[in-house]
Amino acid sequence: MTPTDISNPDTFHKVVDCQWACPAHTPVPEYIRLIAAGRYSDAYMVNWHSNVFPGILGRTCDRPCEPACRRGRVEEEPVAICRLKRVAADNKEDIQARLPPIPAVRNGKRIACVGAGPASLTVARDLAPMGYEVHVFDGEKKGGGFIRSQIPRFRLPESVIDEEVGYITERGGVTTHFGQRVESLRALLDAGYDAVFIGSGAPRGRDLDVPGRKEAAANIHIGIDWLSSVSFGHIESIGKRVIVLGGGNTAMDCCRSARRLGGEQVTVVVRSGFEEMKASPWEKEDAMNEGIPILNYLVPKEVLHQGGKLTGMVFEKVKAERDAKGRRTLVPTGEPDVTIEADDVLVAIGQENAFPWIERDLGLEFDRWGLPALNEKTLQSSIPNVFFGGDAAFGPKNIIWAVAHGHEAAVSIDRYCRGLDVGERPPPEVVMSSQKMGIHEWSYDSGVSLDLRFKVPHAEHEVALRDIRTEVELGYDRELAYKEAQRCLNCDVQTVFTTSLCIECDACVDICPVDCITFTADGEEQELRERLRVPALNLDQPLYVQDGLKTGRVMVKDEDVCLHCGMCAERCPTGAWDMQKFFLETAKPYAGRVAACQAQ
Amino acid sequence: MSFLPKPKLHHPKLPVNALGFTRRDYEGAISTLCAGCGHDSISAAIIQACFELEIEPHRVAKLSGIGCSSKTPDYFLGASHGFNSVHGRMPSVLTGANLANRDLIYLGVSGDGDSASIGFGQFAHSIRRGVNMTYIVENNGVYGLTKGQFSATSDKGSKAKKGTVNTDEAIDLIGIALQLGATYVARSFSGDKAQLVPLIKGALRHPGPAFIDCISPCVAFNNHEGSTKSYDFVREHNEAMNFLDVFPGRSAITAEYAPGEVREVEQHDGSVLRLRKLHAEYDPTDRIGAMNHLHERKAAGEIVTGLLYIDPDPQDLHSNLNTVPTPLNRLDDSALVPGKAALEKLNAALR
Ligand SMILES: Cc1cc2nc3c(=O)[nH]c(=O)nc-3n(C[C@H](O)[C@H](O)[C@H](O)COP(=O)(O)OP(=O)(O)OC[C@H]3O[C@@H](n4cnc5c(N)ncnc54)[C@H](O)[C@@H]3O)c2cc1C
Ligand SMILES: Cc1ncc(C[n+]2csc(CCOP(=O)(O)OP(=O)(O)O)c2C)c(N)n1
Ligand code: SF4
Ligand code: SF4
Ligand code: SF4
Ligand SMILES: [Mg+2]
Repeated sequence: MTPTDISNPDTFHKVVDCQWACPAHTPVPEYIRLIAAGRYSDAYMVNWHSNVFPGILGRTCDRPCEPACRRGRVEEEPVAICRLKRVAADNKEDIQARLPPIPAVRNGKRIACVGAGPASLTVARDLAPMGYEVHVFDGEKKGGGFIRSQIPRFRLPESVIDEEVGYITERGGVTTHFGQRVESLRALLDAGYDAVFIGSGAPRGRDLDVPGRKEAAANIHIGIDWLSSVSFGHIESIGKRVIVLGGGNTAMDCCRSARRLGGEQVTVVVRSGFEEMKASPWEKEDAMNEGIPILNYLVPKEVLHQGGKLTGMVFEKVKAERDAKGRRTLVPTGEPDVTIEADDVLVAIGQENAFPWIERDLGLEFDRWGLPALNEKTLQSSIPNVFFGGDAAFGPKNIIWAVAHGHEAAVSIDRYCRGLDVGERPPPEVVMSSQKMGIHEWSYDSGVSLDLRFKVPHAEHEVALRDIRTEVELGYDRELAYKEAQRCLNCDVQTVFTTSLCIECDACVDICPVDCITFTADGEEQELRERLRVPALNLDQPLYVQDGLKTGRVMVKDEDVCLHCGMCAERCPTGAWDMQKFFLETAKPYAGRVAACQAQ
Repeated sequence: MSFLPKPKLHHPKLPVNALGFTRRDYEGAISTLCAGCGHDSISAAIIQACFELEIEPHRVAKLSGIGCSSKTPDYFLGASHGFNSVHGRMPSVLTGANLANRDLIYLGVSGDGDSASIGFGQFAHSIRRGVNMTYIVENNGVYGLTKGQFSATSDKGSKAKKGTVNTDEAIDLIGIALQLGATYVARSFSGDKAQLVPLIKGALRHPGPAFIDCISPCVAFNNHEGSTKSYDFVREHNEAMNFLDVFPGRSAITAEYAPGEVREVEQHDGSVLRLRKLHAEYDPTDRIGAMNHLHERKAAGEIVTGLLYIDPDPQDLHSNLNTVPTPLNRLDDSALVPGKAALEKLNAALR
């Protein structure tokens, strides 16, 4: 097998499962250690540079990092990465002075951002410290996009949004044009901006098309429109019996909001199976804990109404089957239809993109799904100075993806404005530092906690359901946070092997608690994987291979379940193994982040 | 040594044996030996062998003397019986324990100082008496624990760390064991578990005195240029006679070999030792041949390893003494203290 090239940043980055899985590549273990050390402000800043909205994301992130977390492969559950982030935000001191300075002298370039969601705000934040003059437009009166208009207050208090949006819009360099919808891209381009970033989201909720829809329209609401009306206080009540259609997170927010606005019998109905629902498992759990049943395999057939008022809905019972081609389809079971009585129906069956304000004769290409034709890496459109990001780019995703797009688009815009090749991407900043302090002393806490995941305390149901502004999750206190932080395996503290020092004594092989290390004859990867002490069957996880040993064998380390405990390095007589911290920050236009993040 | 215990978490796919144990269940406390010590690899090999043989840990008694090597029983089989005796006295304590309870599996762990110097006599007599045991000498050519003085197995002409040349003739424990009637004799190297683990398995299943001389580099005091017990030297001069596979019974044998390439020896308990020959002419059931061969190859500068001698049908101390088949702790008082009349009868028989 080709020996592993550890000078390629991806090699060790992949070992940090959470960071690799995070679209914004947040240095997760670094901030978790800082939380354990009680350095909440430092932990917050590590987050802030990477994901821009630590307090918001610490409550709402889709957390792609957690299913990736190595801890979930060595015991039952991953580290509660997301909720630890919130601890940093809740316990930090005033960090204003640590934000990158906004230069008084501008660089003469003007950038327009359409929409004030997380994607646009990230672009603005990344460019303002470089002297760009950024103009952010949004039809709403405040910034935050869907974060403010959609996510219910019981999951995310408005004060957190105000604070973190403020770190971007209130420090100079960024001019907000709130309450001002952009009606024409042509007009915007004609206004002479050097570049335009479109972060207008996916603002259209899909509608239902069944008999009775029109007649009962007064009591049928499109989920996202209804949620924003609730967020902005235009709607304060709903009927006692509510049906919520759809199985995504929007449906979960609708049903839980309805419970708080007077809904007593709130029922979620999904077409397909409970397991196939798009909502995150924890959202489903929270909804069910609030007394909301989720009924599955029911397809809407008809809306019942009387005298222009909705009275209920009829559903057809279906089951999942594979068709001749092996595709999964829903077929009627033939059982009698199910009728559910209701006063209101919330339709949360999906979102679509819509760009009514973009003229189709501008030369901006769209694909057949109505999405802009983009370079996936640079996010540049067919008009060279127009860039997209967030839900507007590839359809509805989530906040952290919007942030990740924002960073990439900011890099692209910066390069475009400086006349550089946009396709050429600056490398990430990487720092490797040995953790060795003594023969068996490390500057990280190498002990492996055996604790299972700690539950985040919740408000009592009665209290929580009384007011839609009462935050349900109370967050970890410092003590719980410390214990949860200790569950982190420090996957960024890498095992680095130096072949020339190894005397092949087997000490590392014998001590490794999870049988990561094998010295064996070389071979092709697939065959080699089978021959290891414990076969390396998780193909998503790389092998670390080094050749050049005296016996002619190779050292193979399966990264899959390494606990990063440092035992191999402690038991190595020659220092052939070293534990080195790998710190990676993706490239961003403004400088000085790594120094600001590095511990000590 | 490490401050922290080895983390309890293990590989989720770690195999489980018929008893429901993983290999990790056969571990002991974390080692306090120098990092890289060959002895730790031998401990790992013992753990692996016991796991593979599906031995119930409480059926094993591990005994040792004094030395780094003799400390190791603390680092494996944490759930077994153990006795850490005085320097060089392990063989006597083991013999006594074996006489009292013949049902346990006896594993003696010793060092070259413990067995070839202060305990030389003890070693010799336990072998010649035919005690049913596995006797492993973790041979590093020095007194590791007392900071690296030459031991009696140190080769004449080899150099100490600071350059002193050893002028004394070395004791070859394998030669002595063969001469004194060990019925399972092997040499191996701590750095070659593929060879060592099966040799330990075969020894544990052998119903007589099984002796393993395992070369085990001392990284602190005997792993330098000029040493004949260093990792590099042993690797360069290692000449394996054969490669052993241990099968619990005939039906478990899987791979087939051409005749002439393998030699199979069935042991008393039905287990089969299959030797893949690396030297066609070497016959491991020929004791005199083995002794000659060893001397010859040693003169040529080779370190001969593998299963060097096996007597498939050995006698042991109990059969020689015609003792009761029941361990003493399971005999009742009337059997253990037969009374005055029985004593008088015995005395009369001896007059
Ligand atoms: C109910 C619901 C709950 C959600 N919960 C979560 C969650 O918990 N976690 C998570 O990660 N994600 C969640 N999401 C998804 C998340 O909100 C979005 O993926 C994310 O906000 C997208 O960010 P964005 O910057 O692309 O655009 P958006 O946040 O959608 O912001 C776009 C902004 O552009 C403005 N705009 C649009 N067109 C124009 C125009 N022509 N001129 C001026 N302004 C315009 C809009 O008013 C809007 O404010 C949720 C979505 C919904 C619907
Ligand atoms: C009666 C007695 N004499 C001397 C000693 C000192 N002593 C301790 S260990 C040792 C030598 C051990 O050498 P070896 O058996 O080869 O073990 P190693 O440390 O090399 O593994 C000696 C001489 C002692 N403990 N007891
Ligand atoms: S750090 Fe070393 S000893 Fe610990 S699990 Fe990883 S490879 Fe094994
Ligand atoms: S412990 Fe060190 S010297 Fe020994 S095999 Fe492992 S890497 Fe090599
Ligand atoms: S002194 Fe030698 S024998 Fe003793 S623990 Fe250290 S390396 Fe092993
Ligand atoms: Mg010794």
